[in-house]
Amino acid sequence: MVQFTLPRNSKITKGKHFPAPAGAKKVKTFKIYRYDPETGANPRWDTFDVAVDQCGPMVLDAILHIKNTMDPSLAFRRSCREGVCGSCAMNIGGRNTLACTHAWDEVPGDAVQISPLPQMPVLKDLIPDLTLFFAQYSSIEPWLHTDTPMPQKEWTQSPKDRAKLDGLYECILCACCTTSCPSYWWNGEKYLGPAALLQAYRWLVDSRDEAIGDRLDDLEDPFKLYRCHTIMNCAQVCPKGLNPAKAIAGIKRMLVERVV
Amino acid sequence: MAEATSTGKGVRTRPTSPHLQVWRWHVTMAASILTRATGIALYGGAVIAAVWFAALMVGPDAYGPVMILLGSWVGKVVMFGLTFSVFYHLAAGLRHLVWDAGAGFNPHTANMTAVGAIAFALVATIVVWALAIQTGAVR
Repeated sequence: MVQFTLPRNSKITKGKHFPAPAGAKKVKTFKIYRYDPETGANPRWDTFDVAVDQCGPMVLDAILHIKNTMDPSLAFRRSCREGVCGSCAMNIGGRNTLACTHAWDEVPGDAVQISPLPQMPVLKDLIPDLTLFFAQYSSIEPWLHTDTPMPQKEWTQSPKDRAKLDGLYECILCACCTTSCPSYWWNGEKYLGPAALLQAYRWLVDSRDEAIGDRLDDLEDPFKLYRCHTIMNCAQVCPKGLNPAKAIAGIKRMLVERVV
Repeated sequence: MAEATSTGKGVRTRPTSPHLQVWRWHVTMAASILTRATGIALYGGAVIAAVWFAALMVGPDAYGPVMILLGSWVGKVVMFGLTFSVFYHLAAGLRHLVWDAGAGFNPHTANMTAVGAIAFALVATIVVWALAIQTGAVR
């Protein structure tokens, strides 16, 4: 259902201001979305004047600095700090990306604005509930399906066939693409979204997989697949430079090819 | 699909994170919604064309007033918008055709084709109206 405005309980109010410590040489303002499930109050925008001369170059460095020195209650997910785990995906300066690989001085605007991944239920501060996202991933059955008996050693694949998985296997399931998609914003409960569909394509083009027909049957649905209108936000924001829009077009082409 | 409810019973509804409120638009996103908007406008245009044909069929008593309405400044603004809609929707359709053929998905390319489609529609609309005014079809 298309809903352009936020529901009443999600309207963002003005929050607290945290001034920079005395003696800060270089100060950058971070405007951060806060929501505390224990108070029941609406979400708010807190502003932090961060002494950026005391922290590293990435947005994650800055928010860790905020948590360590200004407000320990700030909640967010992070783990690897090098763009391979996908935990710290968030909306930074109006675009979804990984906080750990995005430099704060490359964010346009006076203040670095940070909010959770868009159009998701918020658990706390920058932490969205990704239950639906992962359920959709699991629904495409992201593992090898085979009918032929197990080979003596392993399922082999030629280098040429293996190369078909390049640009697909690198996905880290950070949800930047799926939550960037307006189609997913309006139909997220029925449309699988870019990440799950890119993964669906990854198994469809795997030379070892023997369930192409079943996989395509499952995807041939006006909502699951065909809510993609090639808006391209997914490919624009993917922090790994992958192209879900292209993968989705690949699925659509396979569906056409099997009937002509 | 597996069960995927995000809030259980007895749990206060969680807020929805901001989306359109915070998003910094891409030109491809604007091109996409413009395709939808011009598509809807063309439905209206089809109705106008049908009314025009019906008036033509009924005779001078009906055709005269319809032409006065279409020739008014409101009518001209609507027709100008419809001219743009036709050209933009055409260009967007071609973009989708290329995508369906499997090309043009690189974000940089998609940005350029989006700008190209909008520019083409603007230029074509202005050319058509300039010709129409010059030949006296529109006064």
